[in-house]
Amino acid sequence: MIQPHGGTLINKVLPKVEKNRILEEIDEFDKISVNSETIIVIKNIAFGVFSPLEGFMHYNNYRYVLEHMYLENNVAWPFPITLDVSEEETKKLKPDDQIILTDSEGNPIALMMIDDIYGYDKKEYTEKTFGTLDRKHPGVDSVFNYKEKLIGGEIFLINEPEMYFPELNLKPIETRVLFKEKGWDSVVAFQTRNPPHIGHEGVQKAALTNADGLFINPVIGKKQKGDFLDEVIIEAYKALIKEYYPKNRVVMSTFETEMRYAGPKEAIYHAIARKNFGCDHIIIGRDHAGVGDFYGPFDAHDIFDHFPDLGIEPIKFRSFSKCSKCDAVVNDKICPHPPEMQNYFAGREIRAALQEGKPPDREVMRPEVAEVILKYKNPFVI
Amino acid sequence: MSEEDDHKVEYTTVSIPIPLIMKIKERMKGTGFPSVSSYVTYVLRQVLSSIEEDEHSKEAFTKEEEDKVKQRLRDLGYID
Repeated sequence: MIQPHGGTLINKVLPKVEKNRILEEIDEFDKISVNSETIIVIKNIAFGVFSPLEGFMHYNNYRYVLEHMYLENNVAWPFPITLDVSEEETKKLKPDDQIILTDSEGNPIALMMIDDIYGYDKKEYTEKTFGTLDRKHPGVDSVFNYKEKLIGGEIFLINEPEMYFPELNLKPIETRVLFKEKGWDSVVAFQTRNPPHIGHEGVQKAALTNADGLFINPVIGKKQKGDFLDEVIIEAYKALIKEYYPKNRVVMSTFETEMRYAGPKEAIYHAIARKNFGCDHIIIGRDHAGVGDFYGPFDAHDIFDHFPDLGIEPIKFRSFSKCSKCDAVVNDKICPHPPEMQNYFAGREIRAALQEGKPPDREVMRPEVAEVILKYKNPFVI
Repeated sequence: MSEEDDHKVEYTTVSIPIPLIMKIKERMKGTGFPSVSSYVTYVLRQVLSSIEEDEHSKEAFTKEEEDKVKQRLRDLGYID
């Protein structure tokens, strides 16, 4: 099986004895409250999803990543993973301090050992991460709302945050044991934010043909208005897998992460996380993790050429469609027929049908999948 | 404490025999790399990555951890 990124699967969960000691002395520590997105980052670091990161980036890594998309120890990493704090909060902090990161209600989440506290240029951060300063880009807007300073340092998880869909939320060590138990050596990951249509199924099955297993890994968490609800995506996939996939070849587990919409760089980030889950391939489609017109449709394909040492390989699909002449689901590499003969599984049309309470055409979406979605009065985030 | 202006990503110079540089330049043609430095950096990263992969070619978990995880996977219905 593929090795974790950087060679070691990181585990930053505080052992029980140490945890109890910290909790007994909790009043002695300075505390900083963090938001729910940061708690998800902490969880991902602690469970090794972000291996080799062991905490929030200190200044040197921040700079190396911005400049080169590599950590200072020469391991690829596409964008900063940082913790922002206010000027006021930094007054009580200094390097080598140990502090407690809490949720908004004051519950302890993690212990952090502060390496450094540093200023940063938000314009540089956003431009080098997202390739734009346009605040219409949700990632840019998010960084411009960060507090004035960043702090770097190792974290140790004290209390495991509540998870959405705990029965489907596998950690990297769990997926790795699972893949080993199934005898899978080659595993292809599929990242999704939508219920599956026939095109998705075509992509996944084409990729699975040359792998031992398929890892369907929907991103759940904070969504934008109009996105499908997490439970709709999960139930739709359960229906598809039950009816149309060989049981011993597919695993579905959720991936809790904030979407930064960094397009090509986010594709690298998604690939690294899936490598840590034990996948050696990841499917990268058109405009992966993009938003609006900020990135070219195949920028997320091209960026992999700059990371020959990534370990996980992208399987790049430009487009999938139903060709009326071939009478089959095809892609641009295998079908010679013109666009007017292709049905590209337009998301907008699928949504329109579902919003009217109608199942999309069965050539576009499996009836069992449509049936599950239509059970929801409103399958979209309001 | 570090402040932004205190740190810069640093580079250094490495000496390479001229005949080797000529070979590298020949090899680089048509690759799209903008300079010998960027090509050599790419090659070195590949070599180091391969070495590190060999060094770390061990399981990411112990037998004890594996047994514990298997029980949870059974409880969740992922394995029989």
